Amino acid sequence: MVSGLLKNRNSNEMKKYTFKIKRFDPEIDRQPHWEEFVLEMEDSDRILDGLIKIKDDVDGSLTFRRSCAHGICGSCAMKINGQNRLACQTLMKDLSARNKSAHTAGVAVIIEPLPALEVVKDLVVDMEPFFGMNEKVLPYLINNDPPPERERLQDPKDQKKILQAITCIMCGSCTSACPSYWADKKYLGPSALLKAARFIFDTRDRAFDERLRAVTHTHGLWRCHSIYNCVEVCPKEIDITAYISKLKRAALKKSLRLK
Amino acid sequence: MIHSFDAVIIGSGLAGLRAAVEVSRQGSVAVLTKLYPTRSHSTAAQGGIGAALGNEEPDRPEWHFYDTAKGGDFLGDQDAIEVMCEDAIRTIIELEHLGVPFSRTPEGKIAQRKFGGHTREFGSAPVRRACYSADRTGHAIMFALFEQCGRQGVQFFKEFHVIDIAIEKNRCTGVIALEILTGEIHLFTAEAVLVASGGYGKVFKTTSNAHASTGDCLGILADKGIPLEDMEFFQFHPTGLYGLGILITEGARGEGGILLNGKGERFMEHYAPTIKDLAPRDMVSRAIITEIREGRGIDGRDYVHLDLTKVDKRIIEERLPEISTFCRIYMGIDPSMAPIPVLPTAHYAMGGIPTDIDGRVLKNEIGDAIEGLFAAGECACVSVHGANRLGCNSLLDTVVFGRRAGIAICDILNKTGRGSVSKESVDRAREAIDTMLRRKGSEKAAVIRKALQQAMMDKCSEFRTENELLSLTEALKGLRERTLEIGLKDKGKRFNTELLEALELNHLISLGELIAHSALQRTESRGAHTREDFPDRDDMNWLKHTLAFKTDKGPVFGYKEVRITRFRPAERKY
Repeated sequence: MVSGLLKNRNSNEMKKYTFKIKRFDPEIDRQPHWEEFVLEMEDSDRILDGLIKIKDDVDGSLTFRRSCAHGICGSCAMKINGQNRLACQTLMKDLSARNKSAHTAGVAVIIEPLPALEVVKDLVVDMEPFFGMNEKVLPYLINNDPPPERERLQDPKDQKKILQAITCIMCGSCTSACPSYWADKKYLGPSALLKAARFIFDTRDRAFDERLRAVTHTHGLWRCHSIYNCVEVCPKEIDITAYISKLKRAALKKSLRLK
Repeated sequence: MIHSFDAVIIGSGLAGLRAAVEVSRQGSVAVLTKLYPTRSHSTAAQGGIGAALGNEEPDRPEWHFYDTAKGGDFLGDQDAIEVMCEDAIRTIIELEHLGVPFSRTPEGKIAQRKFGGHTREFGSAPVRRACYSADRTGHAIMFALFEQCGRQGVQFFKEFHVIDIAIEKNRCTGVIALEILTGEIHLFTAEAVLVASGGYGKVFKTTSNAHASTGDCLGILADKGIPLEDMEFFQFHPTGLYGLGILITEGARGEGGILLNGKGERFMEHYAPTIKDLAPRDMVSRAIITEIREGRGIDGRDYVHLDLTKVDKRIIEERLPEISTFCRIYMGIDPSMAPIPVLPTAHYAMGGIPTDIDGRVLKNEIGDAIEGLFAAGECACVSVHGANRLGCNSLLDTVVFGRRAGIAICDILNKTGRGSVSKESVDRAREAIDTMLRRKGSEKAAVIRKALQQAMMDKCSEFRTENELLSLTEALKGLRERTLEIGLKDKGKRFNTELLEALELNHLISLGELIAHSALQRTESRGAHTREDFPDRDDMNWLKHTLAFKTDKGPVFGYKEVRITRFRPAERKY
């Protein structure tokens, strides 16, 4: 019944876009190559809608991850017009008309897999190294005090310290955009450091020393040179660099105290 | 490749993870997910998880029990509802101790807000019962449980797509799955298998559900003759973003948002005078569609407004940041400045795999169990939600019954030993995939899927009639035949998502058929199931659960009585 009533959300006209997609299927291809698809899209359509349109109507072999389609599951991070973004959270109208060129029909939408991670197929990359880093920072609450009968109290002001950090969706945009990670693949990277901060600054946690040790080694937080790429690309607008800076200050304080 | 575990859990949403936390204390556990673990759709749950903590005002588990029974239009099994509501407080405290960052009251306790259908003193006024972490409650709980699983050595098989669940001689012995990365078939044998694979909203066109919510395991079990319970009850959430179906949490109304029609009227006052905009979802969704049908949509069009402009801006920023972002990104709207265009969106399946209160899968009307097979979460039907689920009861359901299934699994470990799976089953799974890859048909799975979603939306959403349902079942037959002509462009083994979508489609059609036929045979209106040709609830004939058995000749029905322990069915008024 409802859909009988459903019309288009906007009566926007369709515009022409050229999706230029970097493709690579290791079963067939020796190296990546570009393919172009011209689509009619509305301003309010998502990049993900375009990819699905291509897969459904033109080329079923186009491969990408997707699930929730509204920016909370973190599946569809990819490089769109030069910047890591979620395909489901980027609308056609967000793309600059500057990408218009004489060689393509309409506005160009250039899509590549996330950088710095091995390509599995087309836009799918190997996320294992990324998730693996997370496991190195003890990503769980540690508090061996006997738990109270009810909840552990936490002042809302204290919770503010981790409020942004807990919104991370592990999409991988930040770490794969980080030049320090490009240079050192053992570097924990912004996402894992953010996770460390999420627990270090959680007033309910009791493993401060252990946690700092897990992030202050050669491939830890001092690799961060405050380049801010992570902040620029984070789809949840988390100020990751600020969290890492706070970690650095906490680590410094601790080392001075020890001396 | 062959793997052997004490228990295999299918699905890494909240039910699966909570069960894994429990079982991994006693045995080896594999969790299979067709996504990455933190990507499961539980993460999209926004508004809250219900428990009568009484942190903000007096509350009691028995009021919660009453609200849940009444919200479900008295189709829920009350022994199960009581278990859930009584266990709710312990559950929330346990989650908090695991690290879930719940939002806090000024004195540092877990904050609570109002939610649809949750009342104090048996319906007298809305109560603050939903515990929340801003409007990212599912995400917050998901990470805490996932991280706990890692700590306890649960082994995750990421991006494994389940092809078959092996049941031989009334005993579940394992799972056959496709490793998406390599295209290889893996066999998992286990003493117990828990299906926690989530919902199947993708059977409808407009839905809040993720692309992955295709109900594969329900389709697999239906093919094996296991009945699916109460499939006619599918919830449409009142406030989906217009044109997109993305969920706007009921918490928005819990924090003071109201629904307005084209005349600027707060129309819920007419439909539910006592609790108004916080009526249960089935009632609010029907009210919205009725307003639109009678010409009172915004500008006479097909949507209404969710108005948050009178809500304190600070509250919106602190407690509803995620939906504010959605509104900004997808609609170009700041909800503190302008009303949000909304329309109901297919949201939650009350029906599913029949289980007892410990997650054991039941195969018939008299409640015989299949040994070693368990289900929990949205894919299961305990039934606590009856004919209509209340908001913030789904997260509670996943964690309470995920844990209970985990405990029940621990009880049977090392009793029977791990079973074996016949070579034929594995060969059959491989053959099914190879056939799909070889076939040279001209149909596309995506085209058939869209036709299915459109037909379900047009003929089987909030309001249903015999004529439309009959034409739907005919249409579904046609779609099923067309699937035999599907040809894939991608013939590769590696990360072949086109193949997966074709496999998913078969199950989606099965679920569409079971929903449609279940809706057709239930000649009454109850909860989320509204038959325009049978507008009244009919307790004489229909106070019973539907069990739909899939057969070659179409669905066959059986029935199970509703367990009523405390609250006699009464007319549902709010």
